[in-house]
Amino acid sequence: MADHDNIKVKIKSLYKVFGDNPQSVIGEVQQGMGKPELLEKHGHVLGLNNISLEIPERKIQVIMGLSGSGKSTLIRHINRLIEPTAGEIWIDGEDVLSMDEAALRDLRRFKTSMVFQKFGLLPHRTVQQNVEYGLKIQGVADAEAHERSARWIARVGLAGFEDHYPGQLSGGMQQRVGLARALATDAEILLMDEAFSALDPLIRTDMQNILLDLQEELHKTIIFITHDLDEALRIGDNIAILRDGAVIQEGDPQEIIMTPADDYITDFIRDINRSKVIKVRSIMSPGGVSGQGAQIPADTSLEAALAPLSKAENQTCTVVDKSGAPVGTVSLNGAIAALTPPESDEPVAMQY
Amino acid sequence: MDWTEFPEMGREELRDLKKGIDASFREFSRAYGESLEAFFNPLLQFMIWFERLLLATPWPIILAVVAAFSYLGSRSWKISIGAVLAFLAIGYLGMWEDTMATLAIVLVATMVCIAVGIPIGILMARYNRAQSLITPVLDIMQTIPSFVYLIPVVMLLGIGKVPGLLAVCIYAVPPIVRLTNLGIRLVDREVLEAADAFGANYRQKLFGVQIPLALPNIFAGVNQTIMMALSMVVIASMIGVKGLGVPVLRAISNQYLALGLMNGLAIVVLAIIIDRVTQSYGRRLQAHRNGGDHG
Ligand SMILES: Nc1ncnc2c1ncn2[C@@H]1O[C@H](COP(=O)(O)OP(=O)(O)O)[C@@H](O)[C@H]1O
Ligand SMILES: [Mg+2]
Repeated sequence: MADHDNIKVKIKSLYKVFGDNPQSVIGEVQQGMGKPELLEKHGHVLGLNNISLEIPERKIQVIMGLSGSGKSTLIRHINRLIEPTAGEIWIDGEDVLSMDEAALRDLRRFKTSMVFQKFGLLPHRTVQQNVEYGLKIQGVADAEAHERSARWIARVGLAGFEDHYPGQLSGGMQQRVGLARALATDAEILLMDEAFSALDPLIRTDMQNILLDLQEELHKTIIFITHDLDEALRIGDNIAILRDGAVIQEGDPQEIIMTPADDYITDFIRDINRSKVIKVRSIMSPGGVSGQGAQIPADTSLEAALAPLSKAENQTCTVVDKSGAPVGTVSLNGAIAALTPPESDEPVAMQY
Repeated sequence: MDWTEFPEMGREELRDLKKGIDASFREFSRAYGESLEAFFNPLLQFMIWFERLLLATPWPIILAVVAAFSYLGSRSWKISIGAVLAFLAIGYLGMWEDTMATLAIVLVATMVCIAVGIPIGILMARYNRAQSLITPVLDIMQTIPSFVYLIPVVMLLGIGKVPGLLAVCIYAVPPIVRLTNLGIRLVDREVLEAADAFGANYRQKLFGVQIPLALPNIFAGVNQTIMMALSMVVIASMIGVKGLGVPVLRAISNQYLALGLMNGLAIVVLAIIIDRVTQSYGRRLQAHRNGGDHG
């Protein structure tokens, strides 16, 4: 999907080794030494292992992985809160690693902004002052900062809470403040490190809706970290899956569900509700279309497609794209087959 | 070898060593004493002015100020009224002037300690090296008997307000340095990271995040500093600082029980009032951190 989009953030062969002397072991890591071996032999922790990722402009890139897989480490490299051991980071064609302190501060002030898992709000400042924080650091004048922050506070549904302190708000409300603070700076890149993971499921869904609504309108480049597959599928235009600091699969959510790269991911996706997540376009047979018979939009979920399919002639429908042009066909049998999750190739690997 | 006699250094050499140290320090104080005095002169003038101000102000006004400060600090009528009653009793028992003099030195010493101590604490929080260098110095300042550093201070600056102030400050400054350092180091890492992520520079982080969040701790340091300054009042009076310590000293040498008790109690009362007021102020500084008004 990313083929014809502009690349906003480009990460190339990125490595991060934690320890006393990362440079002394990076050679061996680049030659392929894995995380357990590095820890055992040299007492260093492999945080990121040869990550290359191209993040398209104005899309939501999800980075998913279990706890400890390196998600937080990776996202902190984009605004260089963490220095890499080796590799390259480019934003809008600019080399982030060659930036001096002042250029880096400007990058953080104007181009990126961040939302944190534990909110990271200033407890001694009110909601209003928190949302203004990035603007004040940018040097925006008081009156304008006030006006802009008020707008974002209203936009995330916190009007009336301007003078409350973060400690007086619920977790969900605090994260709205975090979101408003990040949006207020008008940065093009939004970095969200497990921003909704600390919230209750209902509130989390709320926040996902707010984010998707805002994105409809704002088209930011969002890098969204989560350990939750449902959240990843719901939000991501693209998903990269991390394991032990390496990207093991990357692509469109549909791609990942239909063709999981290995057993780790197969296990990951086993429990999702396939009938809701898989879209007709992922299982259709392309071409061979007559345009005859019942039509079905490409983005229909299998769940919604089952009824029209069973009623259709030959139990087969024509799949049409957004403009109504036929792009393929789908059969009831194909849809039912897709509901069964793929099995891991090696049953041994499924034991964890 | 005889293990009961400790192998001392020769009597002569030891005497020469001590003499040598004394002589060189005396030389040092002869060379720099005057410029040091000149350096401290503005401080001296300020102390004199402040003490005169307290003494020249009519007592009802002082009482009003005491009431106002203790109310603003503690937001409690009880503490405020208690403070006024205590000052009335002190005045009625003939200790008004000494109390004003003591208040003057304690307040000036506290200001000096804040002005010197907070920047040192900030430095220690920023550089681990500074922390490991300064911590042992603070330990020494707090454990060395105060009489020991009175000697060089008096040799350098003679007897009077400035050496007294210096002695008080040496004793009273460590808590504020320590608690400033600690307070800044205890600031939540996530909050600091957020400041970094938004591009805050060192100054913006220091004044916008670290110091405000360290304030309750810094204030606990101020409170301790004041208490320690008060407890030095008697010793400071030995080198010429006026105040409640002077009658206490006189009472010791002449065995005046009542005089000693009354002035000693006046010091205690001052300490209790200042402690209550500053502590409840410190608690209010912390209020909106955990749950705020409804917490
Ligand atoms: N400062 C650090 N020092 C040493 N190891 C670290 C440090 N930060 C992270 N790690 C290690 O790097 C790995 C990835 O951590 P992290 O990026 O926080 O994972 P995630 O966010 O996916 O849970 C973990 O094994 C973690 O222990
Ligand atoms: Mg993490």
